[in-house]
Amino acid sequence: MSSVVAPVASTEHVRTPWSEFWRKFKRQHVAVVAGMFVMFLVIVAILAPWFVPYDAENFFDYDSLNARPSAAHWFGVDPLGRDIFSRVLMGARISLAAGFVSVAIGALFGTALGLLAGYKEGWWDRVIMRFCDVLFAFPGILLAIGIVAILGGGMFNVIIAVSIFSIPTFARLVRGNTLSLKHLTFVEAAKSVGANDWTIVLRHIFPGTIAAVVVYFSLRIGTSIITAASLSFIGMGAQPPTPEWGAMLNEARADMMNAPHVALFPSLAIFLTVLAFNLLGDGLRDALDPKIDRR
Amino acid sequence: MLQYIVKRLLGLIPTLLIVGVLVFMFVHLLPGDPARLAAGPDATPATVDLVRKDLGLDKSLPEQFVRFVSGVLQGDFGRSVRTKRPVSTEIRERFFPTFWLTIAAMAWSVTIGMILGVVSAVWRNRWPDRVGMTLAVSGISFPAFALGMVLMQIFSVQLRWLPTIGADSWRHYILPSLTLGAAVAAIMARFTRSSFVDILQEDYVRTARAKGLAESVVVLKHGLRNALIPVVTMMGLQFGFLLGGSIVVEVVFNWPGMGRLLVDAVDMRDYPVIQGLVLLFSLEFILINLIVDVLYAVINPTIRYR
Repeated sequence: MSSVVAPVASTEHVRTPWSEFWRKFKRQHVAVVAGMFVMFLVIVAILAPWFVPYDAENFFDYDSLNARPSAAHWFGVDPLGRDIFSRVLMGARISLAAGFVSVAIGALFGTALGLLAGYKEGWWDRVIMRFCDVLFAFPGILLAIGIVAILGGGMFNVIIAVSIFSIPTFARLVRGNTLSLKHLTFVEAAKSVGANDWTIVLRHIFPGTIAAVVVYFSLRIGTSIITAASLSFIGMGAQPPTPEWGAMLNEARADMMNAPHVALFPSLAIFLTVLAFNLLGDGLRDALDPKIDRR
Repeated sequence: MLQYIVKRLLGLIPTLLIVGVLVFMFVHLLPGDPARLAAGPDATPATVDLVRKDLGLDKSLPEQFVRFVSGVLQGDFGRSVRTKRPVSTEIRERFFPTFWLTIAAMAWSVTIGMILGVVSAVWRNRWPDRVGMTLAVSGISFPAFALGMVLMQIFSVQLRWLPTIGADSWRHYILPSLTLGAAVAAIMARFTRSSFVDILQEDYVRTARAKGLAESVVVLKHGLRNALIPVVTMMGLQFGFLLGGSIVVEVVFNWPGMGRLLVDAVDMRDYPVIQGLVLLFSLEFILINLIVDVLYAVINPTIRYR
């Protein structure tokens, strides 16, 4: 191993974990672009209702059914006469919301369970990890289908289903981190000065798990968006005429021969959105994972 | 080794039990009376009572559970509400199309994924790596149903090279298995690459090079063998992913498999069929994970003695 002398930090530049992260993240140009694209998508999703050119569900242009993209309809018109551009924009709201909300719920419960299992060990650990094993015993989308079969279809239930199957991933991840953090000296030190369990877990252990949770959060959003869209595609999620991307593709299937462009734009929308979250997640991982440095 | 397998098998019992209880409870968690669901919407109260007796729904829950488990152990999953045929018959007809589709997808995606991963690791940060990893990240970002529609549009509709739907000949398998395997190939490529990059930095790889061995021998013999250990585990996890993915792909290609059966059953509220399929899918997944663990122990002896 060749040892390189680290450059001495200038006096006015204090190295905090945050500035370290930002310094490494900035170098990942692809991830920075992906991050900007994600922000752009979020803004589009929030503002869509104010600037879509047509009503996504109730505007029907009967004179240009199945029309190809044009100046009046940027992404063309679907077989019912609806403007695809407006529908794709409004669909961004549904897909992003489904992705964010379901992963946030999964991360919240998963992190809490992981901290509990890792910190308490013993009986708590066994019960929680067994519960995760059981959730893992169902392939992801199957679990979601089972839940939708019980609760009924619709986007709300899809979000619940996707949240539930995000829980074990976060629980395992956080448990592993907690187990390795709790034997470090700073936790020992906190214990020795009489800090109670809550303080130790929330102030000393939880911050150490955030990096991993953030990386998984971004990568899971991609998976969750695909799962939610898949459920809508097989008819168990958002129902027509809701402009959800998966549901739009399902509607487009009937007329693929005459109007392939109806399927093209929702496909591209899902692909670019998920791609952006995955590239962002990869970049975050590279910036937050200390192991990467030596590569 | 035998001891390890026995230990793993015993460890499965609690998981199996909980999965069994969940699948059993499934029918009871549904809104409404299970007997009415089974009898159909037009049944008279007398018929519903008859069905309730017939299905044993008038007994206590523990009694029903024992009955359910002993039925399952004998291959009896009840009867389909829709076709009135035994669920086991329904599933048996659909099993092999899904099985072969999954195997075909697994075979190509693991082969291609590992080749892409090794090539990317060996030429790290140069153009083969960039091309390989761009393909891989695209593969995990493109949803299977959209990919299936695109492939069908190009190769079946426009070019007319391949059939669109059905499962009659090997040509029917090409597009669905490509669609199903794409994400797995991408994940395998990313995983193999990172595992391989680690291995190539190990001391024994440097020693092998220092001895003057040909680079191809270093990569294939010293590198690949050691990189395989985590890759095999990943492969097992991906099998579960394929089982789930087959549900969506079968809808796109109208494939006569279990996934399609499940979606139809959910549509028609055919609960015995859903119950049987969910149980079967989970059992398969658990079994595959067990096989992977055992394989892992075969490759890596340190696991056995933990």
